[in-house]
Amino acid sequence: MRLALAGVSHHRAPLEVRERVAVDLDVAGELAREVAASGGPAHEAVVLSTCNRTELYVAGEDDKLGAHADRALLELAGAGAPALAPAAYRLADESAALHLFRVAAGLDSMVPGEGEILGQVRDAFEAGSPGPLLGRTFRMALRAGRRARVETAIGESPASIPAAAAALAEQVFEGLAGRRVVLVGAGRTSELTARNLRSRGATISVVANRTLDHAARLAASLGAHPAALEELPVVLGDADIVVSSTSAPGFVLDRETLEPVLRARRGRPVLIVDLAVPRDVDPSLGTIDGCFLYDVDALEGVVAATLDGRRSEAVHAERIVSEEAERFRAWRASLAVVPAIASLRAHAEEIRAAELARLEGRLPEGDRDVVDTLTAQIVNKLLHLPTVRLKEAAVTADGLLYADVVRHLFGLDEEEEA
Amino acid sequence: MAELLVWPTVIAYGEAALVYAGELRGHRRYDSLGIWGVRVGWLAQTLLLIAQARSADGFPWGTWAGALNLLSWLVVTGYLIWGCRPRYRLVGLAVMPLAACLVVLAWAGGGTALDARGDGWALASHAALMLAGLASFTVAAAMAALYVFEDRRLKRHDADVLRLRLPSLEALDRLAARSTLAGLIFLSAGIAVGLGWLDVSGLDAAMTVAVLIWVLYALALVVRWEAGVRGRRFARLLLAGLILVVAVLPLTHFAA
Repeated sequence: MRLALAGVSHHRAPLEVRERVAVDLDVAGELAREVAASGGPAHEAVVLSTCNRTELYVAGEDDKLGAHADRALLELAGAGAPALAPAAYRLADESAALHLFRVAAGLDSMVPGEGEILGQVRDAFEAGSPGPLLGRTFRMALRAGRRARVETAIGESPASIPAAAAALAEQVFEGLAGRRVVLVGAGRTSELTARNLRSRGATISVVANRTLDHAARLAASLGAHPAALEELPVVLGDADIVVSSTSAPGFVLDRETLEPVLRARRGRPVLIVDLAVPRDVDPSLGTIDGCFLYDVDALEGVVAATLDGRRSEAVHAERIVSEEAERFRAWRASLAVVPAIASLRAHAEEIRAAELARLEGRLPEGDRDVVDTLTAQIVNKLLHLPTVRLKEAAVTADGLLYADVVRHLFGLDEEEEA
Repeated sequence: MAELLVWPTVIAYGEAALVYAGELRGHRRYDSLGIWGVRVGWLAQTLLLIAQARSADGFPWGTWAGALNLLSWLVVTGYLIWGCRPRYRLVGLAVMPLAACLVVLAWAGGGTALDARGDGWALASHAALMLAGLASFTVAAAMAALYVFEDRRLKRHDADVLRLRLPSLEALDRLAARSTLAGLIFLSAGIAVGLGWLDVSGLDAAMTVAVLIWVLYALALVVRWEAGVRGRRFARLLLAGLILVVAVLPLTHFAA
């Protein structure tokens, strides 16, 4: 049984090429079933399609499996096939498995350790048409991905500015549940930051904007109240987190306006995230006790440092992936001796059954069952150690040699030929 | 023989302190060794204290060195209650070096010996309560130190603020306040025991300092609740309070 993979990813294919073969989960599942049931060399298939990659994993007996996977991928691209072909890659057997393990661990992602890929691999596996080989390979890949997340810190730190802002808020506040967030400006980045904060339990209480219509629109989608910028000194008194992103040329929140508000908070901290360029918030406010002010540069510095951290953790994750790949290799190698083991056991069972048949009618009825059980136990005990040793040898390079010796010693080939 | 337990204690506390220092530099792989260092050290010190209690006729930690021995045990006990949670683990960075130093000082002063002279149980209760109060103030100061450290990192926009995660500022502030309150309760009980059961003949320097410490920490809590002195200012108050306690208390209690 062979394993093959054909795919395109962000490493070699730009977005305009990747989007030609990007499919949703339903289509991916359907495609996998079609490939597996087409009567071609592939008996098993799984399609993994994310924003970073589209990959077709197939398993079958034929040596032309890889070419078959290639063709299926190019067919998926349709008219875009000529552009896709130079960017596509093909891997086979252990290399394909190792690649999948790295993908599941987030090591092949654009942002190392990104959290979504493990779920996407699981979904693709469940939607696809896996059999014994792909099933085992994907289960081991999921295990490698889980281990990489649990045993290293590769996925712990935020990798985007909105996520970094939310993580910083969690460094200031003990949990974000019920924290009040005020958005100043209705820009896209502040909206993303607000949604990230809301996903962690914070409440978006007010959206303040120069144009009240824009504020009302965004406020409605976030379950907040719209407000004019002039109302800020009032609404900021209750805010825990302020996210500002207007296109105003000067400070929207200056020291004169905010200092009395911050002083009146009686030591309650506030996190101000200034995402605007030019800045919306007077930087001198950051010196006030309990006021934590982050602008775009500071946030980008945090994100860059966390990405560095992810890269250093990736070394540990690579070690885990190598361990899992080695386990996979050992399992695959053990498959090579399975036919010899099966033949040996069948041969022994045949002899046992023939000897029992010779005793037919010569044993009392009660004794026959006893002899049947006894001989079965003897055969099992005799074959147990050779079976174990054969499987152990399979992991090393001697597996096939051992299998041949067993076939020769017990005359298994002669029996099969006869 | 049981006196030798002081060495596993010091080694285990020292190992934990080193592991936490390593974590500060980004080496996270050995963090479980830090927690195990604390646990093993605490167990060894507990056995040492039990051996001391069994060998002495009364309260064996009445000397300054004995008091340090007991104090370090109480501090580590407090840390074990919080420090085993992942985000509070690094509180050990402030607690474990201090605990290791206290044990070494206690050993140097003979506070870990088994044949310590015992005191009466009234004095034992008084001393134990006072030490529990001081241990709580020490834990509060450790929280306060971490608060100041984290506050500074956030204010300075340290890029690695999310790589080495400490408890949130709010959590540190709350725990510091709770530890202070617990310390104040122990101290109140210790003073009450001292006044009620011991043979007190007038207000001496030790009693004056104990009462002043009580007033200082009570004031810190009052200004926190009434005037909103929280966060960095409250943390600095607690650190100043502990420095005062460490500087003054040994002189008034153990100088003789």
